[in-house]
Amino acid sequence: MTLEDLDDVDRRLINRLQEGLPLVTRPYAAVAEELGITEGDLLYRLERLCEGGVLSRFGPMYHAERLGGGLTLAALAVPEADYERITQAVNAFPEVAHNYRREHALNMWFVLATETAEAIASTLAEIEAVTGLPVYNMPKEEEFHVRLHLPI
Amino acid sequence: MSVSTCPSRSAPDQAPAGGASAERDAQGLDAFDRDIVLATQAGLPLVPDPWGAVGREVGLDGEAVLERMRAMQERGVIRRVAAVPNHYRLGYVANGMTVWDVDDAEVERLGREVAAIEGVSHCYRRPRHLPHWPYNLFAMLHGRSREEVERQAEALRARLGEACRDHRILYSSRILKKTGLRLARRAPHA
Repeated sequence: MTLEDLDDVDRRLINRLQEGLPLVTRPYAAVAEELGITEGDLLYRLERLCEGGVLSRFGPMYHAERLGGGLTLAALAVPEADYERITQAVNAFPEVAHNYRREHALNMWFVLATETAEAIASTLAEIEAVTGLPVYNMPKEEEFHVRLHLPI
Repeated sequence: MSVSTCPSRSAPDQAPAGGASAERDAQGLDAFDRDIVLATQAGLPLVPDPWGAVGREVGLDGEAVLERMRAMQERGVIRRVAAVPNHYRLGYVANGMTVWDVDDAEVERLGREVAAIEGVSHCYRRPRHLPHWPYNLFAMLHGRSREEVERQAEALRARLGEACRDHRILYSSRILKKTGLRLARRAPHA
């Protein structure tokens, strides 16, 4: 499913639901009314957008640190010849939530989420041991903004 | 039970056991709150009464789930309940992590200012790793083309002015892994 498969209602629904679902009884009915569609139509569309991969998730976005968890961004400078092997080794850690290849000498960037704040250091040490590479740990020191909004 | 969520769930990592304790942990959450987090980290059920559906998993009625989720949102434990789009499918094919070497004395004030610029989704101060990595301010930019991201970066550059010594745009060229965060610690059931 791509952008061309979306009609006007789908687009308005995606834009609206990026803003957040109201925490009220029958929340989907409330949003459906705003958009001038039925609750059933909204749920059908939402399920289809998720199954089609247009939305990667719908639900509560939790603040990791406020749940007592650990979260950090870390990077590796991976030799090209070793890239696939190192990718598999890093991705094998369940604590690695996201991992992106980026164009820089530091060419692998991953987000680590752990159930406790203390587990960040030990997990990074394990990743260094398995990959044989120094990990550049870049935990956030201050958060200025977190709000992904992609209007369509 | 099988209720549709986004993404769809195969099997839960940990099944909530039903809260029994009123004890709150260091984050101010009790066992029921933790169970709600576990039951919804894969997504909110796509049914007319999602609070009731979550409630059946954790042993509460829907009203109680709604109240607890409101309280967690007020305390910032839940940022919001929202749709997360797949950038690429929506046409946002250029995703640039911009990194800036900003004067330490100015970074806090300037961080707040650039965070408000159109196109910035996340903006953080992070530690430098000298000499290899002098950048202390990170801003994620999303555009429909690299040209659009570069225009956004220009706007940031202008706002940072002389306090910024250097910057880079690191485009993502491949998603190597993308899963949800595994956040919930098992609730301390007394």
